[in-house]
Amino acid sequence: MRRRNRRDFWSGLMFIALGIGFAWQAGNYQIGTAARMGPGYFPLCLGIILALMGSIVLLGSLTNKAEITHIDKFDRRIVFLVLGSVVLHGFLLTKLGMFLSVFILVMVSSLASHEFGWKAALANAIFLVALVYLVFMKGLGLIFPLWPSFFK
Amino acid sequence: MELFNNLLLGFSVACTPENLFYALMGCVVGTFIGVLPGIGPLPTIAMLLPLTYTLPPAAGLIMLAGIYYGAQYGGSTTAILMALPGEASAVVTVFDGHQMARNGRAGAALAIAALGSFFAGCMATALLAGFAPPLAEIAFKFGPAEYFSLMCLGLVGAVVLASGSVPKAICMIILGLLLGMVGTDVNSGVIRYGFGISALQDGIDFATVAMGVFGFAEMMINLEQKENRLNITDKVGPLYPNKQEFKDAYPAVLRATSLGSVLGILPGSGAVLSSFASYTLEKKLSKHPERFGKGHPAGVAGPESANNAAAQTSFIPLLTLGIPSNAVMALMVGAMTIHHIQPGPQVITSHPDLFWGLIASMWIGNLMLVVLNLPLVGIWIKLLKVPYRLLFPAVLVFCTVGVYTLNDSTVDIFLTALFGLLGYIWAKLKCEGAPLLLGLVLGPLMEENLRRALLLSRGDFSTFILRPLSATLLAVTALLIFMIALPSIRKKRQSTLAPLP
Repeated sequence: MRRRNRRDFWSGLMFIALGIGFAWQAGNYQIGTAARMGPGYFPLCLGIILALMGSIVLLGSLTNKAEITHIDKFDRRIVFLVLGSVVLHGFLLTKLGMFLSVFILVMVSSLASHEFGWKAALANAIFLVALVYLVFMKGLGLIFPLWPSFFK
Repeated sequence: MELFNNLLLGFSVACTPENLFYALMGCVVGTFIGVLPGIGPLPTIAMLLPLTYTLPPAAGLIMLAGIYYGAQYGGSTTAILMALPGEASAVVTVFDGHQMARNGRAGAALAIAALGSFFAGCMATALLAGFAPPLAEIAFKFGPAEYFSLMCLGLVGAVVLASGSVPKAICMIILGLLLGMVGTDVNSGVIRYGFGISALQDGIDFATVAMGVFGFAEMMINLEQKENRLNITDKVGPLYPNKQEFKDAYPAVLRATSLGSVLGILPGSGAVLSSFASYTLEKKLSKHPERFGKGHPAGVAGPESANNAAAQTSFIPLLTLGIPSNAVMALMVGAMTIHHIQPGPQVITSHPDLFWGLIASMWIGNLMLVVLNLPLVGIWIKLLKVPYRLLFPAVLVFCTVGVYTLNDSTVDIFLTALFGLLGYIWAKLKCEGAPLLLGLVLGPLMEENLRRALLLSRGDFSTFILRPLSATLLAVTALLIFMIALPSIRKKRQSTLAPLP
């Protein structure tokens, strides 16, 4: 067994796992009959089909004729900084208010660029805080917590 | 005469100062973001969706449609000036468009693209106005079995006509359908795949998936590349094509408009397919095929008109059948349901103001793009010079703040981050996100129609084959699957959809 097409190999495995997972969970819901479908019927079918299609992808990647591919490296730093800053923003938004949390979001995520510069990031953060305020609050009339809750 | 009255109604809706303003805003903002490098129409629309939620339905849809054309338009501007297609359907424009720019004819190339698009857009909009109502009449005869089969055809067609691996794309569709199952089941009230998270009771919002998979994931992939300084053509030159260029371009525009209008109705990325098809056609028909790739005006006029025509006619399946034919249309469905409008044949009769207003605004939007963008091209060029390191935090901010406003819930922010991570992994594995989004939107619809069809037939699956319309639709679906499995056709598909020289 040689994993010639690595992309398809791992995609296939992922689809099989997800298919089985969804089908398994669907088993906890009432299945019913074709005429009177329960909530589990359709997801169960889909889960099984997904697992089957996943095995086709997986088997296709193992044949001798499969195209040789490799998976590009994952850049953990970028993923961590970009998604981390978003998650952080999710936690801080209700506690610190919009102004500070957007500011922090911009500063942290800016670190992900290869060409990070403090001054540019700072100016960008201030600009974006002002833009969000103008567009979402003044323009669309939405209501956000603006300042930290302990200020009040 | 009825058509005339309807159009009159449409223009009376679209021409209120308020709606004109939103159409203008949509076009400007759409172009603005479409021009920015590294942000295509899908993330643009996903990102700007929240801006339309607070508007009345007609205004919201008009603005969204404007964003869509604007983003497409912006994509071709970057293709011509920087050889950097803003989106897939502008890939072909690069070949001759950028060559024209290098020959000092950038202005002419932009004008040809704009005027060709305008003409194609007008014709395709007229087609939409003329054909949508009769088609919707037919759609009323569809039962649940027909709808289910039609959705199968639409989903399979979307995969076959797009590029990339077919089995993987089918897997992504099914995964999307499964994600569409999350939330409260309308028939039994059971919460499926909720895992005790109360925010999941209403299902996964398609906006979180779109922003995560298309916005965040693409951003991280872009960030991995070292920022390279692009040489932008500063000299745009005169904005008017000369006589020879005009003579070369206009037959191409005419042919491409009809080609694009037909291909746009098909499921899948009609806009992409039609631009490739048009380029190939023009090259085949030309007496001087050797001039293509060296700045032939027909090589700009054809694909640009074709993709714009297709972009308009791809609204036909959405507005008549309620079935989105590509990922952008799937976003439109989401936007409509948020305004409590179920897309489908009934929209024309139940919300005539909305339907005809949207059609009229398409025409107005096309006009605005020409009037606005040619003179403003200098501003767009300046925008191209904004470095990506300042741009991506802005996208991030708009996505996260926008997604929060959907339900005033931070859970949506975390979900978007999760889909960003998944989208990143999928991008590395070369699993496309567009079929997933299509599946997500169609999932609940498909289940509902399957349920109803089988309830009516008392659990007999042969109902799908015994009803002639449904059987035909399924036969075409099977034929498509069969065709793609043949090695000779598979090779041909790969070679036509792969970028040309």
